[in-house]
Amino acid sequence: MVLVYVESPKGKLKKAAFEAVTYGKKVAESLGVSCTALTIGAVDNAAQLGKYGASKVYNTADALFTSFDSQVYTRAIADAAVQLGAKTIVLCHSSSGKSIAGRLAARFDAASVSGANAIPEVRNGLTVRKSVFSGKAVAEIALKSEMKIISLMGNSLQPENIGADAEVDSLSLNVIPGRIRVKSVKTQEGTVPLPEAELVVSAGRGLKGPENWGMVEDLATAMNATTACSRPVADAHWRPHHEHVGQTGVAIRPNLYIAIGISGAIQHLAGVNNSKVIVVINKDPEAPFFKAADYGVVGDAFEIVPRLTDAYKKFKASQH
Amino acid sequence: MKILVCVSKTPDTTAKISFNADNTEFQSAGVQYIMNPYDEWYALVRALELKETLGGTVTLINVGTADDEQVIRKGLAIGGDDAVRIDAAPKSALFVAKQISAHAKSAGYDLIMLGKETIDYNGSEVGAMVAEYMDMPYVSYATKLDIAGSTATLMRDIEGGEEEIEVDLPFVLSAAKGMAEQRIPNMRGIMMAKSKPIQVIPAVPFEDLSVVTSYELPKAKSGVKLVQPENMDELVRLLHEEAKVI
Ligand SMILES: Cc1cc2nc3c(=O)[nH]c(=O)nc-3n(C[C@H](O)[C@H](O)[C@H](O)COP(=O)(O)OP(=O)(O)OC[C@H]3O[C@@H](n4cnc5c(N)ncnc54)[C@H](O)[C@@H]3O)c2cc1C
Ligand SMILES: Nc1ncnc2c1ncn2[C@@H]1O[C@H](COP(=O)(O)O)[C@@H](O)[C@H]1O
Repeated sequence: MVLVYVESPKGKLKKAAFEAVTYGKKVAESLGVSCTALTIGAVDNAAQLGKYGASKVYNTADALFTSFDSQVYTRAIADAAVQLGAKTIVLCHSSSGKSIAGRLAARFDAASVSGANAIPEVRNGLTVRKSVFSGKAVAEIALKSEMKIISLMGNSLQPENIGADAEVDSLSLNVIPGRIRVKSVKTQEGTVPLPEAELVVSAGRGLKGPENWGMVEDLATAMNATTACSRPVADAHWRPHHEHVGQTGVAIRPNLYIAIGISGAIQHLAGVNNSKVIVVINKDPEAPFFKAADYGVVGDAFEIVPRLTDAYKKFKASQH
Repeated sequence: MKILVCVSKTPDTTAKISFNADNTEFQSAGVQYIMNPYDEWYALVRALELKETLGGTVTLINVGTADDEQVIRKGLAIGGDDAVRIDAAPKSALFVAKQISAHAKSAGYDLIMLGKETIDYNGSEVGAMVAEYMDMPYVSYATKLDIAGSTATLMRDIEGGEEEIEVDLPFVLSAAKGMAEQRIPNMRGIMMAKSKPIQVIPAVPFEDLSVVTSYELPKAKSGVKLVQPENMDELVRLLHEEAKVI
């Protein structure tokens, strides 16, 4: 059986959860086994995971799960895998998913792939693809142990609505008290976090100063996109550090990445070169970013960006 | 305070990535190697700062062949006290974690620090694996770390935000940007590093069950399509009709 651990921040299932279940279902199909989802804590409408491929959903709730401690979650998920006889465990490649995946691999001495980006093939055990060398190459990794652990990179496949609601049962699991005490949590409200964003509008030092970010935000708001920036921009505190993408910042793979006034240094590209489509707006036709771009506009961002925002709004209005 | 810092060797960020004829091995000829930036700038430097205020020792550990000693020496030049090299090619994250924990189990470290990920394998796995083998708490993506007595206060990045947390020693953490500022080794450090001990120990037997079978370079972009700056309607049309991303 393939067991998919589905995250549910604040009790909500998000796109990454549906992606993981669709992925789990496809892995299960190729292995000729079933796909079961596990949720932890109170979850709104867990049954809908059935539509995306889970033939059964288990839920476990316990006060010890309220704040995140990878040890507590790992113990519970490992116990679920043993009780249910799962031989493949799929998780999301999120910050919590990564720490659980690593721990599970050690717990079972299991082969693992972190950040898989394609449906695996059944050869050499299970052969899984992932991006390596900061997006500059892809590796195929054969998992040969009986237990296999895979964390799925966000935005690697579209969730497919293929079935009906699944039955949700509760499962009683081995729960240990955690040792990490959470004192306070700060979340960005409103916008989609960068690793999950499908549309990203990003700007660099070409914008000259923080006072010029209004037009970037206007474009992002019109498109319902998330904003990002290059490293010097975050270093100079023009923008918050969580917006910094690249080698030393967040690595993202949105459907669309619009880069405004960013030169396209290799360390910047390392974080964004897995984007499906890249648009570059830069006044320098020799800017290296154009080599990595699908669409380019050579010119002054201060004129082009407001024009693009207007064009997008006009397009959006014509869609209704 | 007895701190262990895990350091790995990676190709320089600007290195050209290429593979051998049958795409099974990274072509290392002519490639400049560096210490993985997260290990050097964040984990190691913060460990040294803690040692400077709280006293104690900073030991470096590396799973690698003799080639890795240049990276270890750099870590010693920046300020590490001594080092352990486990003499084996690092085959997988689990293999590395097994080796590190085999050493750490009997050594009594108060804190084990790693980088948030290696820039070649991009796994972000080793820290969690070491923590599980050691049965210790794990804090990933830590951006701030302070220690008072036997309790640590940290900030960690979580999906879409950050958390302030507290945990008692010993534990394992992976360090991200914000933790510390890069230190350049000075001449005195480089000279002193030459006489600092690197203990080389054999690997514990562990069969590797995840194996890289081949590498591939991503398909080259077909070339940029330029759109006139006056005509943003055209860009929107292309993104909708051709690229189908909006
Ligand atoms: C080890 C290491 C790690 C690094 N990690 C990262 C990382 O994670 N992320 C990252 O981003 N960088 C990183 N860097 C820094 C990186 O090398 C570049 O210095 C940085 O990305 C440059 O930022 P930028 O493109 O915003 O600025 P610049 O390089 O200054 O480019 C500004 C661009 O704006 C254009 N421009 C100027 N005015 C206008 C205008 N009016 N209209 C349109 N275009 C205009 C210019 O032509 C230029 O191309 C790293 C560097 C090192 C050494
Ligand atoms: N061969 C190695 N020797 C020592 N430490 C390592 C090695 N490989 C990885 N690490 C540590 O584990 C961290 C995470 O690596 P990874 O899981 O490969 O992304 C790195 O930042 C290092 O601190």
